[in-house]
Amino acid sequence: MKEMVRLQGITKKFGNNLIIPHIDLTIADGEFITLLGPSGCGKTTLLRMIAGLEEPTSGQIFLDNEDVTTFAPYKRDVNMVFQNYALFPHMNVEENIRFGLLMKKVPKEKQNERIDQVLYLTQLEDFRARRPQQLSGGQQQRVAIARALVNNPKVLLLDEPLGALDYQLRKNLQLELKNLQRGLGLTFVYVTHDQEEALTMSDRIVVMNAGRIEQDSTPDNIYHNPSSRFVAQFIGESNFFDLDKENILAIRPEKLNICEEEEENFVHPLPEYYGTVVDVVFYGTIDKVFVRLDNSNQTVVAYQYFDDVKRWCPDERVGIWWYPQDAVGVKP
Amino acid sequence: MKKNWRSSALFAYSLAILAFLYLPLLILTLYSFNDSRINAVWTGFTFKWYIALLHNQRVLEALTNSLMIAAVSTFVSTILGTMAALALNRYTYKYKAVINGLLYLPILIPEIVMGLSLLVLFSQTSVPLGKVTLILAHITFCLSFVIITVNARLEGMHKDLEQAASDLYATPWQTFRYITFPLALPGIVAGALIAFTLSIDDFVISFFVAGPNSTTLPLYVYAMVKRGISPEINALSTVLMFATISLIIIAQVLQPQHTSSKKEKE
Amino acid sequence: MRKGKLLVAPAISWLIFFFGVPMLIVIAVSFAARTPYGQVIFNFTFANYQRFLEPLYIRIFVDTVFTALVTTLITFCMGYPLAYSISKLPHKWQQPGLILVMIPFWINFLIRSYAWVVILRSQGLINTLLLKLGWITQPLPLLYNDYAVMLGMVYALLPFMVLPIYVSIEQLDHRLLEAASDLGAKPFTAFRKVTFPLTLPGVAAGSILVFISSLGMFVVPDVMGGAKSALIGNLIQNQFLSARDWPFGSSLSIVLAVLALVLIVLYYKAIQKQEGGTNNEEKLA
Repeated sequence: MKEMVRLQGITKKFGNNLIIPHIDLTIADGEFITLLGPSGCGKTTLLRMIAGLEEPTSGQIFLDNEDVTTFAPYKRDVNMVFQNYALFPHMNVEENIRFGLLMKKVPKEKQNERIDQVLYLTQLEDFRARRPQQLSGGQQQRVAIARALVNNPKVLLLDEPLGALDYQLRKNLQLELKNLQRGLGLTFVYVTHDQEEALTMSDRIVVMNAGRIEQDSTPDNIYHNPSSRFVAQFIGESNFFDLDKENILAIRPEKLNICEEEEENFVHPLPEYYGTVVDVVFYGTIDKVFVRLDNSNQTVVAYQYFDDVKRWCPDERVGIWWYPQDAVGVKP
Repeated sequence: MKKNWRSSALFAYSLAILAFLYLPLLILTLYSFNDSRINAVWTGFTFKWYIALLHNQRVLEALTNSLMIAAVSTFVSTILGTMAALALNRYTYKYKAVINGLLYLPILIPEIVMGLSLLVLFSQTSVPLGKVTLILAHITFCLSFVIITVNARLEGMHKDLEQAASDLYATPWQTFRYITFPLALPGIVAGALIAFTLSIDDFVISFFVAGPNSTTLPLYVYAMVKRGISPEINALSTVLMFATISLIIIAQVLQPQHTSSKKEKE
Repeated sequence: MRKGKLLVAPAISWLIFFFGVPMLIVIAVSFAARTPYGQVIFNFTFANYQRFLEPLYIRIFVDTVFTALVTTLITFCMGYPLAYSISKLPHKWQQPGLILVMIPFWINFLIRSYAWVVILRSQGLINTLLLKLGWITQPLPLLYNDYAVMLGMVYALLPFMVLPIYVSIEQLDHRLLEAASDLGAKPFTAFRKVTFPLTLPGVAAGSILVFISSLGMFVVPDVMGGAKSALIGNLIQNQFLSARDWPFGSSLSIVLAVLALVLIVLYYKAIQKQEGGTNNEEKLA
């Protein structure tokens, strides 16, 4: 696969504050890669360094095999969709979109052609004369994307682009964005703290924590084989069983099974722990069953489905078991 | 309906205070059209005091001085102030406290202190008092106001916008030309208007640094008031009052109306 | 790109030369002596500051502070209700209401004081009216006394009080009032317990503005006051223009400026304490 972006030995300090201790990362052409992590983990800083809006304290940034580390943002062939869109309030939709082409001195004919194209792609044809203030949040979002796409950048950088929108709209735009990226074959670097968004959209997820990469893998792998306790906790829900200081088992609630304490003729592995049901909470498609383990303060959670024969009730005595292949050993 | 009783009493009180603010100005205006020279009694409607003003060489001279001084001080303070505000908004400075002190102290200390300190400066450096010293003084007190006004506008602007422009291939100069400047312009215009009004209106500082041949309108009004009541001052005051009010209304109209942007054009 | 940093230089140099240097000279002059002809001689002395202790100047100082305090109090009693009423107007009337209050502020206060002279002098509107009605036989001495000076001050400085109070009422979170009323507070109680305490910073700002402005005021007493109603401002004016005692005038103005600055600093300290004094920007720098 062709390499599009390479970050090599990147570190970043703000004053005396070490934000990013050391990061190496390679992004392939046409890839949808997501930088996922809690706020303050350095994901936005990393994105802004690719855009040229921040300079790394040390390390190098390659774009399409060219060292662009010291290039100003306006000399890099990447475009960014800002968190609050950063649409120019004194220009209408069309002027906003034309801005980049104008600065690059693209011929007028070509400008109009490209603008029409992205307006069609983002379904904004009817709004070209409107000012950003006259648009809804979702429409402003599309303008921000159109304004970046129209330049045909090598990489599109998106900084929590859906963060300001409500749930339903966000769901729809996630799909649209993913389709757009597939259709155009563009490289997307997407920053979010929303794990669900990351799982549904990305080809590859880079989970970040405190300026370091915790795990870098496919969504499937990140979910099913989290490498560390942090990843297992940040993405989805997990139960942890400390075997000793170095070895922790992480088991997803849907993989954790509950049986009666005194069960006869069972065909599954023996229960590893015993405990008491403390609560059963309705969650729509599932119920969450909370079980307090004997001889410890730990409470674990398992799911029961609406068609399960056995319905668990608080105060029932239960056993906890799992198939060995469902338990993942993670770093503390 | 205790609440209604309270709010109507409050409203009446507020109207009375507004009347207190405006009645004297209204009475002054009415008297400027009164035929009588000395008496407060209404003896008939006349424009003669205004016509007398037009033929008063000293008033016209004071007007010319005021306008010239205001124009020059507005021009210089707006340019210097805008430059400073742009830089202050963008960069961090080592001696921030000193810079802030120099910016805010001229506004915070009583005017009279600033006026006499300039008088002391000009006399110690043997600069003759006149139009030049007036202009220098006016630029000084306008400067802080311009910087603060323009800076307020720049602060309200998202940093994102300039970064977005830079991301969209605009060089720093193009970013300034197409994004920063157009967005800061209402603040610059507002700063210039404030500077102009402050300069036209200033009495205290001008009082200290004016020379014999550099009387401005407020200084002329003061001299006339000290000499005694004359209907001509009524007329001159009325003219100045309405000039000020018009300036304020123009400033209000020029300011971008946030509400109008919501109106759909289609 | 660092060249841009120097854009601040012209303005700052200007302020250093025409504000900083003159202030330093005034400080120097305030410690200097003078010849009988009014020439300043730079012989270091505290004499100019010691003169404050003379009864005449103590009286003027006390008068000035008293006038400023009364002016502040009266403008507050007038300004708060006015600002509150404006904030209660329908939204589209608030801006015009505010402009209505601010217009007199922009009119030269020389002219505004003069308008009162027209009304109050012995052949003025009020006296003429009362004489005509036969209620008095001789004009009342309405002008050229301490009351006239206070009236003029209140009239000149009222907008200074209204604006900051209006701003603080506007910034008030309306949900707090809803919460108060939800918790059973009647409107007036809600005002007393929620609105008023939370708008105190605006009241403080307005009071400081009015107080400091009246301390340095010399036009109003000059135009509306009698021979006896001299305040510090007039005293300073006299030292520079008729008495030609610049060192004493300088020391007076230094005291005035220091007093004003101390009040402003105290105000900012109080405000910062109320806001918890945390500033993220400063932490980053």
